[in-house]
Amino acid sequence: MINEQQPTLPAPASTIGLVGWLRTNLFNTPMNSIATIVMLYLCYLWLTPIFDWVFISADWAGTTRESCTSGGACWVFITQRIDQFMYGFYPADETWRLNVTFFAFVALIAWLIWPNLPKKGLVAAFTLLIFPFIAFVLLSGGYFGLEHVETHKWGGLSLTLVLAVVGIVAALPLGILLALGRRSEMPIVRAMSVAYIEIWRGVPLITVLFMASVMLPLFLPEDMHFDKLLRALIGITMFQTAYMAEVIRGGLQAIPKGQYEAADALGLGYWQKMVMIILPQALKLMIPGVVNTFIALFKDTSLVLIIGLFDLLAIVQAAQNDPKWIGYATEGYVFVAFVFWIFCFGMSRYSQHLEKMLHTGHGSRA
Amino acid sequence: MPTDLSRSAPPGEKTRFWNDPAKRALLFQVLLIGAILLFAGTLISNTLNNLEQRGITTGFDFLSQKAGFGIPLTLIEYNEASTYGATFWVGLLNTLLVSVLGIIAATFLGFVMGVARLSDNWLIAKLSSVYIEIFRNIPLLLQIFFWYFAVLRTLPSPRQSIEFMSSFLNIRGLSMPAPVAESGFNLVIGAFVIGIVLTFVMSRWAHKRQDQTGQIFPMFWAGLGLIIGLPLVIFMLAGMPMHLDYPVLKGFNFRGGMTLIPELVALWLALTIYTAAFIAETVRAGILAVPKGQLEAAFALGLPKVRTLRLIVIPQAMRVIIPPLTSQYLNLAKNSSLAAAVAYPDLVAVFAGTTLNQTGQAVEIMSMTMAVYLTMSILTSVFMNWYNKRMSLIER
Repeated sequence: MINEQQPTLPAPASTIGLVGWLRTNLFNTPMNSIATIVMLYLCYLWLTPIFDWVFISADWAGTTRESCTSGGACWVFITQRIDQFMYGFYPADETWRLNVTFFAFVALIAWLIWPNLPKKGLVAAFTLLIFPFIAFVLLSGGYFGLEHVETHKWGGLSLTLVLAVVGIVAALPLGILLALGRRSEMPIVRAMSVAYIEIWRGVPLITVLFMASVMLPLFLPEDMHFDKLLRALIGITMFQTAYMAEVIRGGLQAIPKGQYEAADALGLGYWQKMVMIILPQALKLMIPGVVNTFIALFKDTSLVLIIGLFDLLAIVQAAQNDPKWIGYATEGYVFVAFVFWIFCFGMSRYSQHLEKMLHTGHGSRA
Repeated sequence: MPTDLSRSAPPGEKTRFWNDPAKRALLFQVLLIGAILLFAGTLISNTLNNLEQRGITTGFDFLSQKAGFGIPLTLIEYNEASTYGATFWVGLLNTLLVSVLGIIAATFLGFVMGVARLSDNWLIAKLSSVYIEIFRNIPLLLQIFFWYFAVLRTLPSPRQSIEFMSSFLNIRGLSMPAPVAESGFNLVIGAFVIGIVLTFVMSRWAHKRQDQTGQIFPMFWAGLGLIIGLPLVIFMLAGMPMHLDYPVLKGFNFRGGMTLIPELVALWLALTIYTAAFIAETVRAGILAVPKGQLEAAFALGLPKVRTLRLIVIPQAMRVIIPPLTSQYLNLAKNSSLAAAVAYPDLVAVFAGTTLNQTGQAVEIMSMTMAVYLTMSILTSVFMNWYNKRMSLIER
């Protein structure tokens, strides 16, 4: 039979599999082939020494700098001081309190972001309203037989986390108020909110921290003294509130007008409308934005070193000036960079994932 | 169910004022103003009290007092006999210097990286996204420290400088030959200005001619010739009225030439690399925002690839890119205040740092410093509003 259906031939070998992938992605035009080869060569040139420094000829075990003989990175510096980098000058016997607080917080957050767990509302309320007090008692002590640990002993990664988390948690309610103020119909409320938001967004965080450390004492009555950490927290919160307000405003604007009108039509008052109809919808939309501001704040907390607090970066910076470990600055920075990167990259991936989840059914735009 | 409307609002009966939204709003706002005034009043009276106790006189008189400290990098005339007011200007100019340098470099690097991330070469796209993901997720301050303490501080002393092209790289910075203009160099500057004006006039003419006849004039090459070629020719004709001042090692340091101080280099590198990662994302989003149909339409019209990019893609992408780009520029300028951490003499380090410590005029100095940054941000948002208005699509 002449018209018999011919069997389907396999695709040409050059278009499938590894070869096909290489031909479409790396060597599709002469220019691209040249670019690929040049790039591969440059990668080889730069990445091999870095890889060698970090892993192959690095020293991992030991107790003093004498253990670092191979010429690669001296991770002994980090392993010897890891407790200090994590807990600062917190008394060694009490570090379990930091661990408990941290893991409790992680568990709460995990509960909130894990899909399909019950009672998310209750957990969220607990995290935002009650947990901060428990955490404060645990960290600072002075109650229930816990030893009081002064804030100047706090430091390292735990201080970084405290600054960032307190900053964001305190900024959330204030930001909601400001965002509502900015969209209010009362002209004076609106003007005040706009002024607050624009002023704090217009200045760099470092001037805010300077202000909190040199001007705040002037503003207070004589007999009132805030310690350094509290001043930094006030500065960070005031600064962060402005950014948070803008994120929340974005969420409020994304709610269709019909929702507002429907609430009005039901005869709900302003606060009823906001609390029961608008905010629950808007807050959900805002989570990626909140995570993004949290990432920015998390990175920015490193600035507290300028006003003399020992966060992760500052404590590593100080450790490098220890005569026993001079000359290992790079290892210290790489370690800090790695810690920050893990946190920030993880959170940004999560926020991208959320954005994708929230953008369901809005047409075909990729 | 019939509703008795008259029961909820009986006609003729006056509404209580707390049930009237307009009056309630008025009352609320009056209360708010009262609270804010009370708060501000307490702050001011506390501040005045505290200042009096510490023996600090308020006011801006301190600006005309002698500063008495040196600054390693000054763009204007400054010495230890200058006033505190001068430290403000020196700091402000240094902030602007590093911001402008950073903006130029970050724009370039950011556009390259943003375009590279969309490359159809898998390796280039991946390398670019690795760059972006690494550098925007590491705190800027850490990057500044890295460049300053881990890289530039480990350079050799001036005597063991690394030498290349009569420049010297050492722990005190990069000493380079400085161009010194001789008499007659003004002619070259004049030629440069004339070149720019001529290019502008010519591009208007070329546009008009293209509108009328459809002929395309090679404007890029003509402009290049006028702006760079013309001054170069004049420079040669005038007998090269410029010489280079070479840095020479004298004692423990280099004299002559010009020196890029390591603080500036570290800050510049870190700001550039950090901001470029954000700009790259902006650029990528802008290019992706141009609908695919636009490209296909351009190819259907037979436009070559370069002209498609220049006439179709870039103008539409720029409309999306420029607003976030300006806010990145503003971020860069604000982030340049991290200079204080490596003692680059910017506004915050010099004025809100040394000057504040010496005079104790915290309120005045912090207000002036914040006012500078606020002015920058207000100017930026004015520009953005103007640009958005100009560029907004006129819809039917």
